[in-house]
Amino acid sequence: MGTQSNTIIKASLLAFALALFAACSSTEDAEPPAEVVDNTPAPADTSGADDDPGPTAEELERERQLAQRVFYFDFDVAEFKAEDRETLTTHAQNLAANANLRIRLEGHADERGTREYNLALGERRANGILNYLIVNGASRGQIEVVSYGEERPEQAGQSEAAYAMNRRVEIADQ
Amino acid sequence: MNPNHLLLAVLLLAAHLPAAAELSIQITQGVDNPIPIAVVPFVTDGAVFGAEDVAEIVSNDLEQVGEFLALGRENLLSMPSEESEVFFRDWQLLAQDYLLVGKVSGSQGSQVVRVQYEFFDVNRELRLVGEVLTGNVSQMRDIGHEIANVVYEQVTGTRGAFTSQILYVVAEPASGGTSFRLEKADYDGQRPQVLLRSREPIMSPNWSPDGSEVAYVSFETDRPRIYVQDIASGQRRQITNYPGINSSPVFSPDGDRLAMVLSRDGSPDIYVQDLRSNELMRVTDHPAIDTEPSWTPDGRSIVFMSDRTGQPQIYQIELGASSFDVERLTYDCFQCAKARFLPDGVNLIHVRRETRQSPSYQIAIINIETLRVITLTDTSLDESPSLAPNGSMIMYATKYQGRGVLDAVSIDGLVKFRLPSAEGDVREPAWSPFLD
Repeated sequence: MGTQSNTIIKASLLAFALALFAACSSTEDAEPPAEVVDNTPAPADTSGADDDPGPTAEELERERQLAQRVFYFDFDVAEFKAEDRETLTTHAQNLAANANLRIRLEGHADERGTREYNLALGERRANGILNYLIVNGASRGQIEVVSYGEERPEQAGQSEAAYAMNRRVEIADQ
Repeated sequence: MNPNHLLLAVLLLAAHLPAAAELSIQITQGVDNPIPIAVVPFVTDGAVFGAEDVAEIVSNDLEQVGEFLALGRENLLSMPSEESEVFFRDWQLLAQDYLLVGKVSGSQGSQVVRVQYEFFDVNRELRLVGEVLTGNVSQMRDIGHEIANVVYEQVTGTRGAFTSQILYVVAEPASGGTSFRLEKADYDGQRPQVLLRSREPIMSPNWSPDGSEVAYVSFETDRPRIYVQDIASGQRRQITNYPGINSSPVFSPDGDRLAMVLSRDGSPDIYVQDLRSNELMRVTDHPAIDTEPSWTPDGRSIVFMSDRTGQPQIYQIELGASSFDVERLTYDCFQCAKARFLPDGVNLIHVRRETRQSPSYQIAIINIETLRVITLTDTSLDESPSLAPNGSMIMYATKYQGRGVLDAVSIDGLVKFRLPSAEGDVREPAWSPFLD
């Protein structure tokens, strides 16, 4: 895969996911509510009709869910969070509807605990999502699982906040 | 080693030169009554140019392991360079137990130097050993470490490990990501060389028992795969390409086999691959995580970590035994991981997290017969313990001021030193076997 272009894609998706993450946790007093600015250009109008109503609320929600490509985990927990279930269901349906789509599930852990154990934990987390996607319609051949353990932290440092950002599974293009 | 590697190594050395002076080992904890030793600066004749200070290399070595205290040069009463110039009363007056003297000589236009040294027991007024070593002027560090080995063995009865080396991984921020390097250096962090450079993670370096090869995990194909590299030539071969995790390679004591972790059959399990026939043998078979294999000293069994009871604990299995025939070795910790036996086959080095409440990881030794535990470190993110070839010290990775550094602790926990890193995160030390 083209590492360079992929890195750029990942970075922008990550920024989006971070904004979402911040928005989700805005009930915590320490976290100022993040403002999500949508700079996505409106879809090109191909119908030629003047009275196109645009995407429906469901379509927008689906787009939002498919744009979420990072899923965070609690400490020492391999199961994804309940609040991500719907989003993952949408990803599974998207894979089922697009048989040519190929993704990688990249599992990560925070730095506590030994490196080799964290490599295995990252895989366990990614496999949890893999199985959920398959149960909901994706086929096994569309998905590769790779664990990076604690080797590719999203955020440096020994704070609880950094650790929370590092326990994650990312959906990447294959 | 291919020319590119050599060039990289040279560039790296050059890049590190300005910082090298700051890289001296910090002794963070020593014994209460170190053995006083006088190491007199070696007299160097006019034909030798650019030689490093051998006496300083020797005294640094001896002080680093904490058991010795070298006499400050400002306190020297005389500067003997051979036995005929030694007056034991001077050294008894200075309360020194041992004395090392020597001289370095060369000949015009030659890079070859002769280093003569003599080592004395001051109280018994006895010359213990004397020798002449010959080498290139650029090898003074090797010669100094050799002399330190002899002195250490004369005094402690244990073979010195000052000529041994370490492998470790460095991760450094680089434009657009992280730069990972597998490096090799002297045991004290001096003379670093790059063995592999990658934009993708490198993990788990492990020496072959003869010190000629290193096995490691590289993500260079975007997946963790095991490679074995010849250290001198830089030539390497990919050993595994199975789906899933391929990691934690560890050479068997005879060097013929590689224990490893593969998740190709669903979950991480321990396997052993024969390096000649490439025949793969599955050792454990459990849906939980089995990882971090190490060999028992007799090469017949594998010690490994498994979270089959919910949290990491240490287990042992004999090669060829049924995968149900697993013996659990640890019970008294919340998590015990990354274990390997000392040569006695009874004491087990491991990484220990005592309780669920405190997420703090330390290096410890458990005697599996008496179940007595000695915790050797007191920092909170200690991992990757690796034993010196003479069994005297354990080097491990920890965090200091937010950065990954290598620390070492003596097997009794009394002595500690640190190898501060000039830049980046340094991790996963692997101490070499005896190389001479």
